[in-house]
Amino acid sequence: MNSPQRANAPLVEAEQLSKYFDLGGGQRVHAVEDVSLAVAPREIVGLVGESGSGKSTFGKTLLGLYPKSAGRVRYRGEALPGRYSPADFRRLAKKMQMIFQDPYASLNPRMTVGEIIGEGLRLHTDLPKPEINRRVAAWLDRVGLTGDHGSRYPHEFSGGQRQRIGIARALILEPEFVVCDEPVSALDVSVQAQVVNLLGELKESLGLTLLFIAHDLSMVRHVSDRMAVMYLGSLVEIGAADAVYFEPKHPYTELLVGSNPEPDPKAERARGAVEAQGEIPSPVNIPPGCRFAGRCPKVMDICRQSTPELTPLRDANRLVACHLYA
Amino acid sequence: MSAAPLLSVEDLHVEFSTHGGTVQAVRGVNFAVDAGRTLAIVGESGCGKSVSVQSVMGLIPIPPGRISAGSARLRGVEILGNNLIDGRDVRGAEIGMIFQDPMTSLNPTMTIGAQIAEPLRVHRGYGAGRAREEAIRLLDSCRIPEARKRAGQYPFEFSGGMLQRAMIAMAISCKPALLIADEPTTALDVTIQSQILDLMRELQGETGMAIILITHDLGVVARMADEVAVMYAGKIVEHGSVDDIFYRSAHPYTCGLRSAMPVNDRSRHAELKPIEGRPPDLFAPPPGCGYAPRCPHAMQLCGREHPPEFAIGPGRTRPDPAHYSRCWLHHELNRQRPPELHFRE
Repeated sequence: MNSPQRANAPLVEAEQLSKYFDLGGGQRVHAVEDVSLAVAPREIVGLVGESGSGKSTFGKTLLGLYPKSAGRVRYRGEALPGRYSPADFRRLAKKMQMIFQDPYASLNPRMTVGEIIGEGLRLHTDLPKPEINRRVAAWLDRVGLTGDHGSRYPHEFSGGQRQRIGIARALILEPEFVVCDEPVSALDVSVQAQVVNLLGELKESLGLTLLFIAHDLSMVRHVSDRMAVMYLGSLVEIGAADAVYFEPKHPYTELLVGSNPEPDPKAERARGAVEAQGEIPSPVNIPPGCRFAGRCPKVMDICRQSTPELTPLRDANRLVACHLYA
Repeated sequence: MSAAPLLSVEDLHVEFSTHGGTVQAVRGVNFAVDAGRTLAIVGESGCGKSVSVQSVMGLIPIPPGRISAGSARLRGVEILGNNLIDGRDVRGAEIGMIFQDPMTSLNPTMTIGAQIAEPLRVHRGYGAGRAREEAIRLLDSCRIPEARKRAGQYPFEFSGGMLQRAMIAMAISCKPALLIADEPTTALDVTIQSQILDLMRELQGETGMAIILITHDLGVVARMADEVAVMYAGKIVEHGSVDDIFYRSAHPYTCGLRSAMPVNDRSRHAELKPIEGRPPDLFAPPPGCGYAPRCPHAMQLCGREHPPEFAIGPGRTRPDPAHYSRCWLHHELNRQRPPELHFRE
């Protein structure tokens, strides 16, 4: 608990974190299983994977928005409770925040934008009302909106503006760690760049640490220091973002990168057909062995019997869970 | 002059009356596609790309919609407001269409097999048994495993990727000469997107059909397109071969889109350059170029007069069907070409 702060100690650390959802009748969704991931201060870790791979569930479990089924989360070395009490939420909301995917569904339509952005300060601090209003106005300006936008309602804003509101809402409490769950997926290309650059500027000026969840590999590679790849609830590969993208080791990462269309016709004409077929299976009652075995073009006998562990390659920063590298 | 293209759309204008006034969604659009070729129409939300093809398909609700001018000819025969050519239905038989969200485009109360059989019975007069066998064959040709069993299932029993395959099977059931695909892979994961795009290309190779692909994803354009039309604020601002658009981009909007996207190039980690501002209000479209308020190269003229199609490239000849850009920077009297518009080979 009172361990001394080391300079390179992780800010947030998941240790064998699992999240299951019981469906009744003995059926259980293994949404996140045994995921260990440490995020260093001021680092951006990108998390990629297909829909259903458990990326968002991992992010929400990490923040305590879902109670943990197994494993633990450490924040600055302190183990956080498996299920948060209201007091835990009050304390931790100031440290950890989330930016949501859908800028249309994540803002309360009956609150003004000023109320939405200021709500965190009202709930979690004792600041007087004029000070809250002053900070809300400052944050509106900081995310590229104007003061009179504060008295309007979410439906009056475009998708990109709503995502700016979501960013101001999350960052006004000056958290250290922010989970960005597909923050630009719903936006047009030209607006994506606006929001990504805004996030980058705020990350620098506030010294934020980010978990950037997205399915767009090119964007994740652009944004992140490290890239983590999830498949069916498990972490299959993690390493420096460029290394993972340009030299994928796990066959699933190869499949993802090989499927990612590049805005370059010559590269696309040179691309061969993707080998792996099939779709992500149901995460209910998963069979033993490697979870990717059913789709893997390089599958071996051992893959169907034992689950590969996430192990470092020669480069100790690169971890891959695959029997090919055992 | 070569033979007439399979489909040619000329000077299409589409508007919608609303409580707030009339939206001029499509403001004079020309495009054409030949058999065996793929035309990609690319642009951001609200640029009019879907409305353009929906007008051709007769899918615009009239009112509030209105096709105020223009023509669309299939093999030279006008099809706007006309659904029969030589007694054959155009929509469904000559032109098939697939949509972004297969779940909401299929009937949840009918089996997949019955839905694929329906166009065969309506357009081809097949009997129930024959249509059902053909539906199973089509599902199989769209690489759906256990096609016979799957034909008896309902849409909710299919995954998103499988539903899109079923949609394609339905769209190609009557062997259309043209397949219109409106954001067919936007709702899918990249891995499934790859499979669907590969399938569309294989089917094109087998049948020689033309494809019009509507998308906002330049990666998908690079993979699929022969020709590209870039739309902005209801107009095509640049048109050319896929290599023209990517390696010799001529319109500031095309250049802006490209530099707003991350490039997967190890050697440089270029910063994303967003396009500031928003598209114009199409209730009252600007008199000049729609992109002028956001354009870093805008001149006084740009806000006043709408640019015509300027031919790009060595010949600088007639634009059709080659590379053109609706941008005053390409007027022959303009000698100051901004640096990022120099052609990149």
